[in-house]
Amino acid sequence: MEDTAKSDVRIGVFICDCGSNIAGYLSMKDLVEYAKTLPNVVFVQENLYTCSEGGINGIKAAIPAHGLTRVVVASCTPRTHEPLFQNACEEAGLNPYLFEMANIRDQCSWVHQQVKEKATERAKGQIAMAVAKAARLRELSRIQLGIFYRAVVIGGGVSGMAAAMALGNMGYEVHLVEKEERLGGLLNHLNMVLPAKEPPSRLLDDLRTRLENNPKVTVHTRAQVKKSEGYVGNYQVTINENGNETVVKAGVIIVATGAKVLKPEGLMGYDGEKVITQLELESLLKQGTPSLKNVVMIQCVGSRCAERTYCSRICCMTSVKNAILIREADPSASVTILYRDMQMYGVENEDMFRRSKELGVRYVTYDPERPPEAGDGLVRVYHARMGKEIALPADLVVLATPLVAQDEAQQISTMLKVPLNENGFFLEGHVKLKPLDFATDGVYLCGSARFPSSIREAVSQGLGAASRAAIVLSKEALFTSGIVADINPNTCCGCLGCLEVCPYGAINFFQDRGICQVNKVLCKGCGGCAATCSSGSARLDGFSNDQIYAQIEQALAG
Amino acid sequence: MSNDRFEPTIVGFLCNWCAYAGADLAGVSRLQYPPNLRTIRTLCSATVRPDMILKAFQRGADGVFVGG
Repeated sequence: MEDTAKSDVRIGVFICDCGSNIAGYLSMKDLVEYAKTLPNVVFVQENLYTCSEGGINGIKAAIPAHGLTRVVVASCTPRTHEPLFQNACEEAGLNPYLFEMANIRDQCSWVHQQVKEKATERAKGQIAMAVAKAARLRELSRIQLGIFYRAVVIGGGVSGMAAAMALGNMGYEVHLVEKEERLGGLLNHLNMVLPAKEPPSRLLDDLRTRLENNPKVTVHTRAQVKKSEGYVGNYQVTINENGNETVVKAGVIIVATGAKVLKPEGLMGYDGEKVITQLELESLLKQGTPSLKNVVMIQCVGSRCAERTYCSRICCMTSVKNAILIREADPSASVTILYRDMQMYGVENEDMFRRSKELGVRYVTYDPERPPEAGDGLVRVYHARMGKEIALPADLVVLATPLVAQDEAQQISTMLKVPLNENGFFLEGHVKLKPLDFATDGVYLCGSARFPSSIREAVSQGLGAASRAAIVLSKEALFTSGIVADINPNTCCGCLGCLEVCPYGAINFFQDRGICQVNKVLCKGCGGCAATCSSGSARLDGFSNDQIYAQIEQALAG
Repeated sequence: MSNDRFEPTIVGFLCNWCAYAGADLAGVSRLQYPPNLRTIRTLCSATVRPDMILKAFQRGADGVFVGG
């Protein structure tokens, strides 16, 4: 075994009971005694909860008391607890990268609850592997990066406006980029919002005025983001406004590009006159209530089908809202809504649904296998309960079509290196844990760019994305992870193997010296270069070959 | 468990962002599996050099699992 562990390494091992989560399924006494026998281990302590204040203070006290140069904690998973223990090491004056964890809970005691002896053997193995790796850890440093204290918000709809306003109010400079002539997005085309029962212009005018009066906010209209380079804290965003290009240096970018309404060409007899979309109905109602005798609305047109499997979430409330407005303006007008499932989530929407029924709006379900047909002033639909086809007179047919991804979503996705989902909407980092973040640091998303959202959702997501972005902007400096690749310039032969596999463009080739070098800011520590390098010049610090070989040896030592 | 039953040793290289997270999730969900695995966390399955897999076999592993 090639042994690069230094003899003066002094390792402290802290073994956690995690209450009964670990101690209930493993023999802790055996683990403690075993750990004491491992090479370089000079101190072993069992804790009831290593992550408690007492446990952390125990680590901090043991480092100077026993002259520890490495710390191993055998407990839960590094994915949640590594930063906590690393901080404890750092506070006690030990480089945080001289720390290693053995996962004996999530990947041992919890999954081998019936076989105490064998599970204890596995835990011993994992501890020995961690100790062997720890002996070979090297001090690493994080690189400090400056931050441009400025945000770019792409998209001036209600979500982007809310985000820009929130950041502006926090005192950060914001550039709000809108492709149309005026801010407001889809809301500019709406007639009325319920249950507030007020025109959206009230909300929009208020937001617009506040944005325009905020000296921190610069609004670019008829503008597009053409190019973006850099990384979190240090983006250079090229904005084209009316043909003039400016480069804005920003720390964060918020994607709030919204969505557009599907025009149902070729569906249900759509003609834009007698058969229109809900959005077109909004424009009609905005001009004054047209005299209508019989209105039939059809839900889920172009959504929840093979082509677009998703539910657009907002069309049910839009239809119910417009049905209420028509009935309230003219109680003699009949409104029938043909639906598959009504999605009126939330107390206020349910109230609105109930109100529509009180007002006499009629609801008829239809089967997607036998969809309604519109033509000649009639809508024919198979009525499941009556077991026959009925014909409803209709001087206006209104189709509830879904919101679909913007045309420019693809360009923005490529430019910012952030993903889209199968429907062309932007894909968040994690649906529950990081709903407003992208996996790419420093880029956030909100509103219908992410998924069809109501006004309220778009605004709260805008505020949420602003909060996420402010976490970066409120920092004095950013630090990269110490776990990055490094290429030994003395042995690199410039074969470009690493450059070809690096997914982050973090490797540069210096022609004059004939070697490759890692840009440690762009490197995400995947180690692809280290695995590819045929001369062994590329190394991933913190997961280097000698460390992994030592783990393999220990895994199979028993 | 009888002593002569074959007990393989399996070395698992788990990517921190997916397979290692999945192994943690198995724990959180209390899914039970045989304790024959020894896991090595990597930051990406790309970290795993082919010779690491060979090394594991050479040292007596009965199986190698690369999850990424």
